[in-house]
Amino acid sequence: MMDCVEDSSQDPLSTVPIADPAPATMETKVEKKKPNENVSLADNSLLVDISDALSEKEKVKFTVHTKTTLPEFQKSEFIVVRQHEEFVWLHDRYEENEEYAGYIIPPAPPRPDFDASREKLQRLGEGEGALTREEFLKMKEELEDEYLATFKKTVAMHEVFLQRLAAHPVFRRDSHLRVFLEYEQDLCAKPRGKMDLIGGLVRSMTTTTDEIYLGATVRDVNDFFEQETSFLQEYYSHLKEAVAKVDRMTSKHKEVADAHIKLSSCITQLATREQPPMERFLTKASETFDKCRKIEGRMASDQDLKLADTLRYYMRDAHAAKAVLVRRLRCLAAYEAANRNLEKARAKNKDVHAPLEVQEAEQGQAEACAKFEQLSARAREELIDFRTRRVAAFRKSLIELAELEIKHARSQQELFRKSLQVLRECQ
Amino acid sequence: MSAGPDTPPFSTVDINNDSRDDEDIFASAVQEVSLDPEVNGAREGLEKVSIDDTPASISTSLNSPVMEEIATERSNNIIITVTEPQKIGEGMSSYVAYRVFTKTNMPIFSKHEFAVLRRFSDFLGLHEKLTEKYLRSGRIIPPAPEKSIVGTTKLKMTSTPSTENVNGSVSSAGVQSQFVERRRAALERFLNRVAQHPVLSIDPDFREFLESGMDLPKATSTSALSGAGMLRLFNKVGETVNKITYRMDEADPWFEERAVRVETLEACLRRLGGACEALAGERRELAVRTHDAARAHASLSGADPHAPLSRALSHVADLHEKIENLRLEQSNTDFFILSEHIKDYLGLIGSIKDVFHERVKVFQNWQHAQMQLTKRRENKAKAELSNRPDKAEQAANEIIEWETKVERNQQEFDSISRVIKKEIERWEEIRVDELRATLLHYLEEHMKHQAQAIRYWDAFLPEARAIK
Repeated sequence: MMDCVEDSSQDPLSTVPIADPAPATMETKVEKKKPNENVSLADNSLLVDISDALSEKEKVKFTVHTKTTLPEFQKSEFIVVRQHEEFVWLHDRYEENEEYAGYIIPPAPPRPDFDASREKLQRLGEGEGALTREEFLKMKEELEDEYLATFKKTVAMHEVFLQRLAAHPVFRRDSHLRVFLEYEQDLCAKPRGKMDLIGGLVRSMTTTTDEIYLGATVRDVNDFFEQETSFLQEYYSHLKEAVAKVDRMTSKHKEVADAHIKLSSCITQLATREQPPMERFLTKASETFDKCRKIEGRMASDQDLKLADTLRYYMRDAHAAKAVLVRRLRCLAAYEAANRNLEKARAKNKDVHAPLEVQEAEQGQAEACAKFEQLSARAREELIDFRTRRVAAFRKSLIELAELEIKHARSQQELFRKSLQVLRECQ
Repeated sequence: MSAGPDTPPFSTVDINNDSRDDEDIFASAVQEVSLDPEVNGAREGLEKVSIDDTPASISTSLNSPVMEEIATERSNNIIITVTEPQKIGEGMSSYVAYRVFTKTNMPIFSKHEFAVLRRFSDFLGLHEKLTEKYLRSGRIIPPAPEKSIVGTTKLKMTSTPSTENVNGSVSSAGVQSQFVERRRAALERFLNRVAQHPVLSIDPDFREFLESGMDLPKATSTSALSGAGMLRLFNKVGETVNKITYRMDEADPWFEERAVRVETLEACLRRLGGACEALAGERRELAVRTHDAARAHASLSGADPHAPLSRALSHVADLHEKIENLRLEQSNTDFFILSEHIKDYLGLIGSIKDVFHERVKVFQNWQHAQMQLTKRRENKAKAELSNRPDKAEQAANEIIEWETKVERNQQEFDSISRVIKKEIERWEEIRVDELRATLLHYLEEHMKHQAQAIRYWDAFLPEARAIK
């Protein structure tokens, strides 16, 4: 169980559990993706973690474990099983809640996607004839490790999502969150059928057209928000590009690591036809390449973890921040509509004394104004906070990335050095 | 692999065996070598040939080092370097000239250090001559680098290629100079292998190649598209058919066993070569993608308003560009060290197969002569039976003639068998030593690459820490 509010340097990230060949249903002592810097109060009143996860066929079942001292909950410690769709359901409830319009809603975790791993495994099976038994086993092992890593990642992302909500002073009070954590039956979130998916697509499309439309018709009165909008637009697209490129790089890096398998297997083959001294030499050389492969693989996955995932997370966060700006603009449009309404009402009721219409319009306008001001103020805070969070997260990730890469490069160097020593003594 | 200490080379050659044809020309030269073991350091025979500095000649560095050290334990004190490829002329008549620099104490050379300019076809011409002279006696001729019509034409048609380091992204110019570098290195290995061979190294044509300041007569017969080239192609086809159709009655199990061993080795090496090239290719692709990632980070850096983070991201971009180069270098290491070594050995195995085949041909000759002898004997018997004294006498003469031929052919067969055994034993030792050296070198280079990676990341770390 992990502290959801943690900012310490004692980060489990420093030990890379990716290397553990644990079974699929495993202890999720997984690295936390991002420290929650939203909340400075280090209270343990609501602690959430995903204590277990099970992958069966197409679905992943997460065991959400909650420990709380808050009175709103029925028990102080409890467990439910949730699927990915239920997380999305929860996210959507926050998104559509007008009270949270000014907040950056933590992005929903991405759908667990094992397609790539499955495809590779299938291709491996098809090409089995071309490989030696040893090569096949090694590649299979690599793929299983990859699968495990993907699995751990998806668990971590779902966990971070919940933890961010639980640590947030406002979000943690939401009734939907309570239901999500407590309610023992399945939530009404059906797996996304075709209509749902299309609905989702339409919704995301309208959001973008919203952006464009609103951007065109509503003048923004505030420089700050105008700057933020253009910054976020540009930043988001650069992040997207960077994520894509880094992903391609790390996947190729994994392939480089895998290519060592064939190399060491061929050297072993060569060894069997040689006299003992040379045989020992070649066998040792082959082992070296095998170890080298593992280290390269780890280099690749650490790049993925620290660099790609950070970029990816902040890309999604940037998207969520953009959503805040859109909501604000909508609110502004409503405010301006209320203004126009008031003017119209006044104009119409010029000669009427204490007209009800005008009073109503005045009230409407006042509400709209208050709403807008409130939203703007909150949004401003959130966006500034976004910047701070981003900078801190990048800093942490880049430092960790550099440290890990140095560690791996050192172990490779050491591996080669030791091997050279042993090999030179051979024969 | 029996590596028994042998007597000085070729002392078993019977100098009184006058029936051997062209071999005799070299009998005296060969004797010279064996009488003067001090001269070329050959003590325990060739079995102790150590190729300590061969790694240097197989070195990958794209600016070729001039090797200064001469290992003292080798049987031939000679080091050859091939440098400074220069394009001479323009267009289709242009060619690349290489500087061949030799450093040696061998007495057959008039100087200790000398250099000449040679072009690729000169090397091929040398190889051809050596093959003509020595293949028949069972020598393994180091293979010459392959011709490449595509590579050569590209070279001719582009403006003077740069002979510098392949730096930065893989462009066509980079690929060009890779081609030249591969060829240069291969030519160097070829010459050094010849130079280490006890018999080939003292061949006058070889000497002339290394020493003679004059341009060698243009070896047109080596050009792929010439008439002689076509003829060679036909002959090759005929040979191949022969190889397939003629089944020799192998009396010596050693040869059968070796042939099998060589085949399996070839298969292994081919696989290894494939794996190595695959690895080199993946790394090259990784370099390209690293470049893309670097660019993306640079753009990101530009878009980030937070100055320290922007700086750090820009450093990430720089770092990845450096890593891109590192990946390229790693790829080159895979390629130039390991892959080329394997190609060499596949070529050498080709030469071994050629030599085995020569032996088969010699055997064929012997059998043929045997058959002729038998026929003549039959003729004589027939003539005697049918009481034809004149025919009988003719047959008797022919019998003598063919008996001589049979004896000579048999001796040729025995000799080639013997020589091949020696050559193979020598080769086996060298093979193991070279493989060892290559793998050690390969690992060393990769170790250096890791050290470089550490330096790059170490330099970046403070930048990351400096954010905010």
